[in-house]
Amino acid sequence: MKIVVAVKRVADPNVKVRALADSSGVDLANVKMTMNPFDEIAVEEAVRLKEAGRADEVVVVSIGSEKSAETLRTALAMGADRGILIRTEAVVEPLAVAKLLKAVAEAERPDIIITGKQAIDDDANQTGQMLSALLGWGQGTFASKLVVGDKAIEVTREIDGGLQTVSLQLPALVTADLRLNEPRYASLPNIMKAKKKPIDERTPADYGASIEPRLIVVRVHEPANRKAGIKVGSVGELVERLHREAGVL
Amino acid sequence: MTILVLAEHQDTLLDEATAKVVSAAGRMGGEIHVLVAGSGCRAAAEAAARLTGVAKVLLADEPSLSNRLAEPVAALVVSRAGSYGAVLAPSTTNGKNIMPRVAALLDVMQVSDVIAIDGPDLFQRPIYAGNVIQTVRSVDAKTVLTIRASAFPAAPVAAAAAPIEAVAMPDNPGVSTFIGSALSRSERPELAGARIVVSGGRALASAENFDTVLAPLADTLGAAIGASRAAVDAGYVSNDLQVGQTGKIIAPDLYIACGISGAIQHLAGMKDSRVIVAINKDPDAPIFQVADYGLVADLFEAVPELHTAVAAKAGA
Ligand SMILES: Cc1cc2nc3c(=O)[nH]c(=O)nc-3n(C[C@H](O)[C@H](O)[C@H](O)COP(=O)(O)OP(=O)(O)OC[C@H]3O[C@@H](n4cnc5c(N)ncnc54)[C@H](O)[C@@H]3O)c2cc1C
Repeated sequence: MKIVVAVKRVADPNVKVRALADSSGVDLANVKMTMNPFDEIAVEEAVRLKEAGRADEVVVVSIGSEKSAETLRTALAMGADRGILIRTEAVVEPLAVAKLLKAVAEAERPDIIITGKQAIDDDANQTGQMLSALLGWGQGTFASKLVVGDKAIEVTREIDGGLQTVSLQLPALVTADLRLNEPRYASLPNIMKAKKKPIDERTPADYGASIEPRLIVVRVHEPANRKAGIKVGSVGELVERLHREAGVL
Repeated sequence: MTILVLAEHQDTLLDEATAKVVSAAGRMGGEIHVLVAGSGCRAAAEAAARLTGVAKVLLADEPSLSNRLAEPVAALVVSRAGSYGAVLAPSTTNGKNIMPRVAALLDVMQVSDVIAIDGPDLFQRPIYAGNVIQTVRSVDAKTVLTIRASAFPAAPVAAAAAPIEAVAMPDNPGVSTFIGSALSRSERPELAGARIVVSGGRALASAENFDTVLAPLADTLGAAIGASRAAVDAGYVSNDLQVGQTGKIIAPDLYIACGISGAIQHLAGMKDSRVIVAINKDPDAPIFQVADYGLVADLFEAVPELHTAVAAKAGA
């Protein structure tokens, strides 16, 4: 069984990203970058399936600038076998990412594709669903548990009301939620080993998919900051103010 | 332009999120139709027909739609989408699951989690956990949007009901089957629509403390209970109570954060609440930077005291 995992390089989740003064975009100069946390969970799950003997090969794919190779190296150090970097400096929207990944899937023929449920930069939460639609596969989004069989996979999903379990015929697509697993830190020997693992470099043109954006960014701004209020001295004062000032009690 | 809204409902009940998406659709200008897809869901369709602004309800009542699996629902929406200029759904987990599938099948780039509609093709949406707002213009022939329900008022109930038209389900793609669900049952209001939310963090330290310390306050206030990711990860409460960037995004009248530090990802889910109260023993906790009223205290003392004071007020 082969698993493909898609990974994205994003700003570190602990960074408070700001809008550029001219409202044209966000300021990522000198911002620490990392693998999207949900993608780390996706990689971890694939590697665990390999370690459990369910999968033979884990291929990681990233679309982005040459720096995305670092993100692929991180995944390789976690235990993935090889990487594919689709190099572009352009902003690639989820629909275009899904089209490129579809082309990868057609070439690689994986049994399972795992993506993170959302990237913490654009917060779009679309790529996995779009990819599975384009492939005509079933989708198990927001997964907190996987049980992989020979012909089907059971996915437990985190939904608004609680949990839902679905069974998907293979090949299938899964998007990882926070509680699917806790990703490992790569060990130093594995980081060294990862340097020798292959990364195949491609361009979007190799796959013949258009990555022309469909959404034109008109403006990027920061929302009005909420002002810090006051500290109250006691529970009594709090109740009094919630009642008289705020009118919520 | 005619707009199709995919309803969020529980078959016999229409969720308020649907009324909010209908009011968002109203800002785009055009006739609004609502699609109710489910099994035994006529009651939800009847409720949708009574929302102000709705011209027609499409009812797809089929056993194969009973659990809102993405593959059949998306196939249904796509089969009806031809005559519509826009397709909208709330950014609930159903909307997030189904709509990108619809968008891809229509070759449309979806606009996720819309918080403001500035024109038929101009939308605002938060990125980077809501630290930045992006305004985008869609150049696609159709638009597919998920709507952050908490950013829009609910469409009111109308005097007259719109007509309901039955629609047929196309072939089910058949690649997915429902196995089961474990839904949380609670007498408390739904977190997504509650007027007051009492939320607990890692500091609660156990499931029992959620029950014995937080729940009495929530129940006296008629509030929903929420939680930080840390509290959910530790198993103190179920996943559907997580508030934040990757949980539920809410904007109640009153949000009381107890023992929550105020990480960016948590703030993303509650910073649009009307009034925020923070109870935290660390005076430098970031949550105080967004709180209207901060109380530096041990929550195990302050929360029971607050409960007593609120109960006394209610009794007075
Ligand atoms: C990709 C990603 C997504 C995430 N999504 C979310 C999300 O959706 N929602 C979310 O909440 N988090 C999310 N997080 C996690 C987030 O970054 C924080 O780790 C989390 O919110 C912390 O939870 P907490 O405030 O309960 O815990 P902590 O940060 O540990 O804070 C506990 C607080 O309790 C206070 N305290 C301790 N004891 C007491 C006491 N006796 N009385 C009063 N106060 C006390 C402490 O001073 C402290 O401020 C996400 C993180 C990542 C990386």
